[in-house]
Amino acid sequence: MIDQLLDSSVLIGIAASGIRLATPYLYAAIGETFGQRSGVLNLGVEGIMLMGAFSGFWAVYHTGSLLAGVLIALLTGLLMGLGTAFINVTLKAEQGISGIGIYLFGLGLSDLLFQQSFDSVVTVNGFPRVHVPVLSRIPVLGEIFFQHNLLVYIAFMLVPVAWFVLNKTTLGLKIRAVGQNPQAADAMGISVARVRYFTVILGAMLAAIAGASLSIALLNVFQQNMTAGQGFIAVALVYFGSWRPFGVMAGALLFSTVNALQLWVRTKGIDIPAEYASMAPYLLTILALVLASQRVDQPAALTKPFERGE
Amino acid sequence: MPVLATVVALLIGAVMLVLMDADPIRAYQALYEGAFGTKNAVADTLIKATPLLLVGIGICISFRGGVINIGGEGQMIVGGLAATALALSMPDARAEVLIPACLVASFAAGAIWGGIAGVLKAYFNVNEILSTVMLNQVATYWMIYLMNNTLIDPDQLTAASRIPETDRLPRQSDLPRIGGWLDSIYDWLGLGGADAARWTPTLLHVGTIIAVVFAVLVYIFLWRTTLGYRIRAVGKNPRASRYAGIRVKRYTVLSLLLSGGFAGLAGGIQVLGVRHRMSAEGGAIAFTGNAGFNGIVAALFGKLHPLGAIPASVLFGALLVGGNKLQRTVQVPSALITVLISLVIVFVVSSDLWSRQRARRRVAVAAAEPAASPGGSAAIEMDQAK
Repeated sequence: MIDQLLDSSVLIGIAASGIRLATPYLYAAIGETFGQRSGVLNLGVEGIMLMGAFSGFWAVYHTGSLLAGVLIALLTGLLMGLGTAFINVTLKAEQGISGIGIYLFGLGLSDLLFQQSFDSVVTVNGFPRVHVPVLSRIPVLGEIFFQHNLLVYIAFMLVPVAWFVLNKTTLGLKIRAVGQNPQAADAMGISVARVRYFTVILGAMLAAIAGASLSIALLNVFQQNMTAGQGFIAVALVYFGSWRPFGVMAGALLFSTVNALQLWVRTKGIDIPAEYASMAPYLLTILALVLASQRVDQPAALTKPFERGE
Repeated sequence: MPVLATVVALLIGAVMLVLMDADPIRAYQALYEGAFGTKNAVADTLIKATPLLLVGIGICISFRGGVINIGGEGQMIVGGLAATALALSMPDARAEVLIPACLVASFAAGAIWGGIAGVLKAYFNVNEILSTVMLNQVATYWMIYLMNNTLIDPDQLTAASRIPETDRLPRQSDLPRIGGWLDSIYDWLGLGGADAARWTPTLLHVGTIIAVVFAVLVYIFLWRTTLGYRIRAVGKNPRASRYAGIRVKRYTVLSLLLSGGFAGLAGGIQVLGVRHRMSAEGGAIAFTGNAGFNGIVAALFGKLHPLGAIPASVLFGALLVGGNKLQRTVQVPSALITVLISLVIVFVVSSDLWSRQRARRRVAVAAAEPAASPGGSAAIEMDQAK
């Protein structure tokens, strides 16, 4: 097994699919980072991903346009985000529980709409692979990094953008202030509610794209509950990455590479039972959470609704 | 409020039905008929409500104790696995021994699974929402592994289909059916005329009674014992509890132990009372029926009060059972029920804003009153207390 694994084409294949599989986690977890930095834990990412996956798939199937798919998914994310923000920010719901509600809503509604609009399993022509000129011809690296579909590249470009916005702009400062000390931010004239609406809606739109990246780029089908827990993992990755975009990316890559390795182990029928290999990413996440929790950079106001005058 | 939430959810459901060209009145009639129309339907509703109630009373303990246990699915699975493994390993045991042993084993397994998250939270500062979600996935793959290997039915091993399920459990492990008892009560009351539908042929089992008894016991535990009082105190205000000499970490672990235990028991009762075998066919959801999540809804609906969880479980059991009839009658996927339940949970948790504001006013008036009054919304207040 080890000598098979050390074969260069196998290693390249695992690394490349690790990059590809990281895409949905990246969109969802970077979006969730914004929300959590402002103090809102959206546990409903999974449900929003499912709605994004369905709506994007539906639009591509009916129009044949990938752009339409992305736009419809973004719109779905916007609506889901608006609802989520209303529940968590305006109505100040307990976020751990409202998230379960949002998850079940997306799970049920995407399934319902899918069964209503499609009679059988269909596929679409999703995002094709784009070979980046010149770069994709670099041996090894080109194959690993530069032969993916467009949504993969955008996901990775999102990471430095998110870092820049959070750390180098006034908007980022406001987001962090609202997440650390909403009372002080409020006293300085920042609208806590408006900032949180913005981050939650942004996070939901990215979560919807995360779902669409599965249904119109990675797999090109829609199935009931096709995200299979990836949205929950994305929430955990934000903790894992200590609320920093590059940390989140490291977590997503680690997770997806273990996943890719696990898929490879399965196809080889090697004596590690496939189920134990499938467990590995989740156990790894728990372990990572144990290690990550030794640091204390969690946004102070995370999950706490803001009440003026307390 | 919860009743209003349900009404609004059903109204939204009616609009969705109209949009899908279905007659909402016929649909809801079918839903009601499917859930309560016959004795068989009522029995199915109660059977479906049983795991919701057991998970729900566990959720009452954990949420009151200030921990959010999202791991009901995984805890049910390990509970089911423990009961299955024990029953298969003792094929000759008598029912009086086997059934209690299996139920205790399922409780213990669920408690361990929940306790892991408790220890991680108390001593390693790991958010329990995340760890319980991860443990759900781990339990699922563990079940799939055991169903395909260690515990697989020897006949399936040689069969071409190779369904990942265990052999049927020994008959002595079947939970007693209670239809016959109900019929004798009906006869005694003079209600059970010869022509009337009888309870005897229904599949209603003693697990439902076990769940109700535990709901009462948990109520007594939470509001009439020192241990229960401390769990609630820790949930309300961990800092004050620490100053009062309560070992907060231990009570965090205890909350998750008990919460997981009841979810595990729900899994054990599903195996012994309904399925009589464990199967990985259809994935985790085919076994749990999403009860790990729906039990949370039932608990919230019952205002995190174990006795309130009883009618709440029946309501959601009815929705789930009636949903199948709705699907057959008006050709709308029963996924609609998942949407309705999600709306209820969102409305209930959102409308707690009201009860919270009322609670604060109450606190302002009587600032000296210690601890919680039953029926308050601890889950909502606990984060503010952190």
